[in-house]
Amino acid sequence: MADASASTTEPVSTGAKYTLRIWRADAKVEGSGEFRDYEVETYPGMVVLDAIHEIQAKQAPDLAVRWNCKAGRCGSCSAEIDGKPKLLCMTRMSSFRPNEPIVVTPMKTWPLVKDLVTDVSHNYRVAKKIPPFTPRPRDADGHYRMQQEDIDRIQEFRKCIECFLCQDVCHVLRDHHEEAEFVGPRYLIHLATLDMHPLDTLDRRKMMKDELGLGYCNITRCCTEVCPEHIVITDNGIIPLKERVADEFYDPLRWLARKLFPRTKKRRLPVLPGIEPAPAARSAQAQQEEVEKEPAVPPAPTVARRTPA
Amino acid sequence: MADKGSVVRLPVVDGLGRTLRKDDWWVGPMVTFTVLTAFVVYTTVRMLEGTHYRWGPYLSPLASPYIETEDLGIPLLTPAILVLPFPGLFRFTCYYYRKAYYRSFGLLPPACAVGARRVGHYNGERKLLVFQNLHRYALYVALLFLVFLWHDFVASLRWDGELGMGLGSVVIFLNCAFLTLYTLSCHSFRHLVGGSVNSYSEAPFGRLRHALWAGVSRLNVNHMAFAWISLIVVALCDAYIRAVAVGAIRDVRLF
Repeated sequence: MADASASTTEPVSTGAKYTLRIWRADAKVEGSGEFRDYEVETYPGMVVLDAIHEIQAKQAPDLAVRWNCKAGRCGSCSAEIDGKPKLLCMTRMSSFRPNEPIVVTPMKTWPLVKDLVTDVSHNYRVAKKIPPFTPRPRDADGHYRMQQEDIDRIQEFRKCIECFLCQDVCHVLRDHHEEAEFVGPRYLIHLATLDMHPLDTLDRRKMMKDELGLGYCNITRCCTEVCPEHIVITDNGIIPLKERVADEFYDPLRWLARKLFPRTKKRRLPVLPGIEPAPAARSAQAQQEEVEKEPAVPPAPTVARRTPA
Repeated sequence: MADKGSVVRLPVVDGLGRTLRKDDWWVGPMVTFTVLTAFVVYTTVRMLEGTHYRWGPYLSPLASPYIETEDLGIPLLTPAILVLPFPGLFRFTCYYYRKAYYRSFGLLPPACAVGARRVGHYNGERKLLVFQNLHRYALYVALLFLVFLWHDFVASLRWDGELGMGLGSVVIFLNCAFLTLYTLSCHSFRHLVGGSVNSYSEAPFGRLRHALWAGVSRLNVNHMAFAWISLIVVALCDAYIRAVAVGAIRDVRLF
């Protein structure tokens, strides 16, 4: 019994020894920053984050690493392994050769705080710039109606765990430092989520073009390559946004068609029988008046009410 | 952002090609550079050559639709010069090829997490390259060209008024098939048929547009593969017809 309990708490070593070459630096210490080698013995299923925890426990208790779930769900342990942006918790040690050191460095794009920890707060400031989801008024019975086919596309984008690996690898931010002009791929798929949403009422296309820097993206697809959630950021999110912006600003035929054939109002889905009004339901008219009187977020000058597609 | 005003040393700094990647990241851009350059050189030479676009019932895709230019009396003008700018523009503004040449020719960046070429001020597709937004117009022309190309395939089966088939027809068919797959998997086509709709359940013809969008989306996953295969098959198709036309090889008659 004792042996069995020991085997569940102490992972069995595979005997393979790996060297982790980790960048050690402290933003508070001027001129600091160097690679240090640590040797770890691996066990089956070990990931790089496990190895770093092992180093923290036995060799370098002051080694800083941000982590939380260790299951690829929280997006905290983003770093660069052998130069590639990856989650530390989703990268198995067995994917490396034991005879070469595994180089672990912090994300390049963000200011370094300590060792593998960077300051990603810029991303949260960018998020605040984007007008949030602003749905149309509820139907008369207090419900919203949409079909699965309407939201298939945006469900893919909702898988984002905000690890910011896409932001880290995007050369517009990483090499050209256009963070003041360009929101980055993570927020472009957020914008795609909003723009493709069947209930949202804001038209953010002018804002995307003029303020959020959609035109900076030259679709080199690195964001898609590094996404641990396998979101097809470029093809399913950014390119459709570019096409939507082109509809509005770069397509003379569409412009002419809009002038000649103004769009009609959306056809509302029928109220399904047997659905009781929601308890807090207000009339559509009352909600519409409320939205017009005081929108959830005052639209920025470049945000307009969206006309039905 | 990382190296601005920071007192701490960083493991990797800005600069073309600077990276900690250990894999052969340069192979992809180099292969892309080589193949695209070879294709551009080949088509340019063929465009200026001005002859051997036709043999028997076969017509090279580089000169389809065929417009006779000898009678026009304009020096250096060839049938291919009148045709190639249109498919050329479609490929140049294609969302896949943009990635390919921004990486391999522009080095912006050469590969993921590899230092990009430093430019005075990076503008992306905002200033000079804003014309890339006209890709949809190149698509409209490309769709029209597909009609010409399939017509050429049907015409290649007519030998002196009789139905027949040579190896050239097979090559032309493959060219038409891959060009069709490449064109119909285009991102702009995906947007055109239904991608612009926000609510399929409420939009006019919503179900049809969703079905079309879903179908094109399935093709779109392989857009890169279709782009490369169709590029190579176009060159091979032209090379075959030229080789037959100059007598270097004999066309194999299947029936």
